[in-house]
Amino acid sequence: MAIQNLNINVEYLTRVEGHGNIVINVKEGKIETCKLEIVEAPRFFEGMLRGRSIFEAQHITSRICGICACGHTLASIQAAEDALGIIPTSQTIKLRKLLLDLEMLDSHLLHIYLLVAPDLLGVKSFVPLINSHNEVVRRALRMKKKCNDVCDILVGRHVHPISAIVGGFTKLPEEKDIENMLGLLQGMRPDMEATVELFSKLKFPDFERDTEYVGLVSDDDEYPLLSGDIGSTDNIRLSKHDYRKITNEFIVPHSTAKRTKLSRESYAVGALARFNLNYDKLLSEARRVAEMIGLKPKCINPFLNTAAQLVECVHCLEHAIGILEEFKKSKINYDEEIVVGLNENRKIPVIEGNGVGAVEVPRGILFHNYQTDEKGCIRYANCVIPTNQNTGNIEYDLKKLIPEILDRNEEEITLLSEMLVRAYDPCISCSTHLLNIKFM
Amino acid sequence: MKKPKIAFFDFACCEGCQLQVANMGEGVLDVLAAFDVVEWREVMSEKWDKKYDVAIIEGSITDNHAVERITKIRKKANILIAYGSCATIGGVNGMKNNFELDDIRKYVYGESYKFFPTELTKAVHQVVKVDYFVNGCPVYIPEFVAILKAVLQGIPYYVPDYAVCVECKLNENICMYDKGVTCLGPVTRAGCNSWCINNGNICYGCRGMLSNPNEKSARDVLAKYNIPIELIINKMNMYNKCREII
Repeated sequence: MAIQNLNINVEYLTRVEGHGNIVINVKEGKIETCKLEIVEAPRFFEGMLRGRSIFEAQHITSRICGICACGHTLASIQAAEDALGIIPTSQTIKLRKLLLDLEMLDSHLLHIYLLVAPDLLGVKSFVPLINSHNEVVRRALRMKKKCNDVCDILVGRHVHPISAIVGGFTKLPEEKDIENMLGLLQGMRPDMEATVELFSKLKFPDFERDTEYVGLVSDDDEYPLLSGDIGSTDNIRLSKHDYRKITNEFIVPHSTAKRTKLSRESYAVGALARFNLNYDKLLSEARRVAEMIGLKPKCINPFLNTAAQLVECVHCLEHAIGILEEFKKSKINYDEEIVVGLNENRKIPVIEGNGVGAVEVPRGILFHNYQTDEKGCIRYANCVIPTNQNTGNIEYDLKKLIPEILDRNEEEITLLSEMLVRAYDPCISCSTHLLNIKFM
Repeated sequence: MKKPKIAFFDFACCEGCQLQVANMGEGVLDVLAAFDVVEWREVMSEKWDKKYDVAIIEGSITDNHAVERITKIRKKANILIAYGSCATIGGVNGMKNNFELDDIRKYVYGESYKFFPTELTKAVHQVVKVDYFVNGCPVYIPEFVAILKAVLQGIPYYVPDYAVCVECKLNENICMYDKGVTCLGPVTRAGCNSWCINNGNICYGCRGMLSNPNEKSARDVLAKYNIPIELIINKMNMYNKCREII
């Protein structure tokens, strides 16, 4: 018989980045409460940025999140350069694309292996896997380390990159660095094959709910991650400068938490959104993996966001290798190396401006927006984080999922709810400088 | 010998320092093998309600809940390690202290600001006793490993109390002042192997200030390059604002 009364309160959801609670309350077979609460201590980043130099924005906003520090870095630089009217060189853009590939790869691997795999293998964390699946854990750590080593060479380190700044790079990779990075990434291919092999055998929960998917779209052939317009599966397309028309932040009557919506009650961003929007632009190696695991657009099973991440891992690995192979042939122009500091040497002309950065980071589309005064000091800052855009959608998923699984026991219902939230790979540290926070 | 029971706890921070552990690759398995990891919310669902031999604290203390929580952890922990700049010096969260608290709450949360209580950001040692400090934003893994070894041996670890410039010179970097930009290396504790300057950027002071910075000579350097002192103070407040709290 189906459960009539149920009270689930997962306090401090584990294996996600940051602090969140799931609260579900079912009375006489009807859902009374179903919410994802964000309880991370607020950190007030946008407030802290006021009055600081635009040349410090990258350094500071990178600290919003340790996992997607490179993503915040790239969105921040794009917004700052947009405000200052700087157009990056093609070499800079290529190196930034490489950095973004590494960011996706690194973050997705962490999520797929260390955070999701324990659920699919029926254990509480990766710690028991050290004994039961030693080779799997070692492979995960080895792949993660390689991403990290490539980032070390490219930008000094992965957590809070050093050399990627407004205007370009403070240190450009030498010829031997290009060789080393290429060798490390090519050496990752066998492990990537084994990863695909492993996850193609694991079973994800069956569940579907149609929603609107939002992400970058473009007119060229490249899978858009670093730049483009904002598009949705409900046929919306807008310039990044109109990001507010996409996010439409609003307050729900029963709480102080702000949410985002576009054409429907909620929308989703992230790997699955990108997959659904830009499947045709994935590299053939990645499309082959999608076919192998049976992932097709438009896929509306949120649990399969993890599968879409796997497909993107293959894409980003091959895309990064492609960029490095080009650099191996065409060589780096070292005259582009820059010294900026706080721009006290006035190397970069400063104007009053308003700039937007829209970048696909591992968890979805990220917006940074800065207004600067004529001295280059930040007057206004706004960051809209993927997790904030997903929270509403996660709740609607939970509301559909719970009635479908009420015939299971409480432990299973709790686990499936946790797995659903985890599938979105929520990054709660990121989301808590924003309005989407509610204290119990 | 029984393995020490170790637990990770995160407060207000970006969790990047925890991630630095995963970035050690397969080497992390050797480090973890020396301990019995009993609680680590970011990667584990397991919980532990008894005493910890070692508690690693990431993040700053920014509200009453955090004060209560850290006090409880301190009572249950034999050894407490402040891990990363947010924990050791308040870090970037301290920039909040540059503003009136109500003002910054209103700016970020609008009319609903009352639902978001906050207090002056504090480093962990400004609330409870700390036994070891792992500085850096993010932490520098070779130093973290050295500190864990000291913990296992039950001996103290001394954070270098000389300037980043010492390591920077050994790395044969050209001084950032000679390149026309200011750098906090001269007043910041070493131990990171001048990580940022090696990569063409400046030192932002994330490891905290020297206990006895050579203020006079720092002023001379600023005068030589005609740099206003406000610029440096503003820069220093990015990580080190919390030092003003006594």
